[in-house]
Amino acid sequence: MKMKVVILAAAVAALAGPALAQEQQVPPPRLSWSFSGPFGKYDEAQLQRGFKVYREVCSACHSLNLVSFRNLAEPGGPGFTEAQVKQIASEYKIKDLDDQGNQIERPGRPADHFPAPFPNELAAKAANGGTAPPDMSTLAKARTYQRGFPWWFFDIFTQYQEEGPDYIAAIVTGFRDPPPKGFNLPPGGHYNVYFPGHNIAMPPPLTDGQVKYDDGSPETVQQYAQDAAAFLMWASEPHMMARKRLGFQVIIFLIVLSGLLYFTKKKVWHEVEVPRELAHGQDPSKTSI
Amino acid sequence: MSGHSTYQPQNRFLQWFEKRLPIGGLIHSSFVVYPTPRNLNYWWTFGGILTFMLGVQIITGIVLAMHYTPQADMAFNSVEGIMRDVNYGWLLRYVHANGASMFFLAAYIHLFRGMYYGSYKEPREVLWILGVILLLLMIATGFMGYVLVWGQMSFWAATVITNLFSAIPGFGDAIVTWLWGGYAVGNPTLNRFYSLHYLLPFVIAGVVVLHIWALHVVGQNNPAGIEPKSDKDTVPFTPYATVKDGFLMACYCILFAWFVFYIPNFLMHADNYIPANPAVTPSEIVPEWYYLPFYAILRSIPDKLLGVIALFSSIVILAFLPWLDTSKVRSARYRPLYRQFFWLFVIAAIGLGWLGSKPPEGIYVVVSRIFTAYYFLYFLVILPLLGIFEKTKALPNSISESVLPAKA
Repeated sequence: MKMKVVILAAAVAALAGPALAQEQQVPPPRLSWSFSGPFGKYDEAQLQRGFKVYREVCSACHSLNLVSFRNLAEPGGPGFTEAQVKQIASEYKIKDLDDQGNQIERPGRPADHFPAPFPNELAAKAANGGTAPPDMSTLAKARTYQRGFPWWFFDIFTQYQEEGPDYIAAIVTGFRDPPPKGFNLPPGGHYNVYFPGHNIAMPPPLTDGQVKYDDGSPETVQQYAQDAAAFLMWASEPHMMARKRLGFQVIIFLIVLSGLLYFTKKKVWHEVEVPRELAHGQDPSKTSI
Repeated sequence: MSGHSTYQPQNRFLQWFEKRLPIGGLIHSSFVVYPTPRNLNYWWTFGGILTFMLGVQIITGIVLAMHYTPQADMAFNSVEGIMRDVNYGWLLRYVHANGASMFFLAAYIHLFRGMYYGSYKEPREVLWILGVILLLLMIATGFMGYVLVWGQMSFWAATVITNLFSAIPGFGDAIVTWLWGGYAVGNPTLNRFYSLHYLLPFVIAGVVVLHIWALHVVGQNNPAGIEPKSDKDTVPFTPYATVKDGFLMACYCILFAWFVFYIPNFLMHADNYIPANPAVTPSEIVPEWYYLPFYAILRSIPDKLLGVIALFSSIVILAFLPWLDTSKVRSARYRPLYRQFFWLFVIAAIGLGWLGSKPPEGIYVVVSRIFTAYYFLYFLVILPLLGIFEKTKALPNSISESVLPAKA
């Protein structure tokens, strides 16, 4: 028994510990996303706005290597038409070879991938003070923050899966200039509330009114940040809507199947669990049981 | 246990075939008339679930291998290609990745069930040891599969785990170089891990056949922990066990589907969506959840070599369980003291799992050491002594007596 007490005390101490030992990362604010939850769907207009922000601002430094122009017209995405995608692709210059093997630049086609802003990683590093801006294709799944106990456990049931977009939107809006008193910002760094360690190489990328919206949405940094984060979530998880739709069907099917199997099991086992003699109210001592 | 088959096919072709290869009779005696104790509870359905999970992993794995490229510069993008451009590739990949977790979850439940009800005891020692071998094979297979994604966590997990072998005195470094196929984790490492990750599941399938064979020789243990004595103590496998296994398998699939379709990345590490980069070390290197208890044991020992020995011992010690537990009584139902120590062991194992995900500093190290000490004390001291000193409860005379109301 003594051991039990010791171990329980240790367990309590361990659960209380994290508050002291937790790394100094400020959790980003939880935003509301159209694609959260079991029936979540991407908002086409938001993805189109986010694409505009990516194209006019982010893409100056960040590549999107794994995404093709054709993806923009695929179901469950920003919902551009084929014609619009052809138009968008043709506005990009793609490096290619001609029939004689000469290097040329030609207008993009829907099957092309988004061209990267820098020819290679070394060039990206050299142009950005020694740190290459990360590729954005999987960024919304590659960024997260510590949820901590017990929140991570509840996330299983609430299906909170939007740590990535929450973090990205927080980073874009989290710059503070000048940094708080007493924070020693190294040269070339920028103070960001939500970045681990607060010293981020990226300068504040957006200002209010920088990107023109055609649909009347507010042209604020907060709105840009959310739209870009939503677009990046789609870029990371282009089949999310198909996944959640199929998931609902599969789970309904499995619940019905489990129910049928449960009653089959009950019927099959009835005779074993309640032998006929007992079911008919006989005294067990007068039976062969 | 299978006994003589009473299988008599009606169909003339099957009669002809049965005289030449009696496989119908084998299936009939193993999965239809095979007697199972009537008192088995739902914890006994996890063997069937594990077989199902192995099938899921092999089938999805074979299709994934058709689209995957085991080359260091292309592996990460080929996985992303599966997620984006292969029809239902996202489904295959998420089923396979989360399937590994579901496989381990079922294996750990199966293992704890065996421990609770003393399923490792005479005459089931070989059956139990085959199970421990299966666990070792699963650990190796799961680890190598995780490396194939070739993200940051894949790469650094491979580096950390293969480096464990460098603790071996004398020729440790030579072994690590040999494992890597070079002087760092790189393309040769990825290639051999891919080859082994494809091979080992079939080795697992072979050992599963032996495991089931051994099971059908000695028969199943049961919650009462006593052997069936008459036909009243057993029911035929089909329909009784089949329908019960089928029901819980369907329930388990609901849990599985919840992860696959709604929170497919919950059990994965975000850093593994960053391509492997030997020049950048992640701020924390954490293995998959199912290795965390062993990882915590490794880190709780300050000496590297001793830590590695403790890590391997923590798994291998399971194989000696039949001889470390000296009690004549199998089931924890009739062992009041053992039951308490067992649940403490479960708390220690889960606690170690949680501690394995925490940085090795401060209070975490202290608690890890307490739990690690308990983990080994449980096997090496508590179980041998309990068998001698514990006062067990009276066993029922038969299985049917334990489940049916007592005679007046």
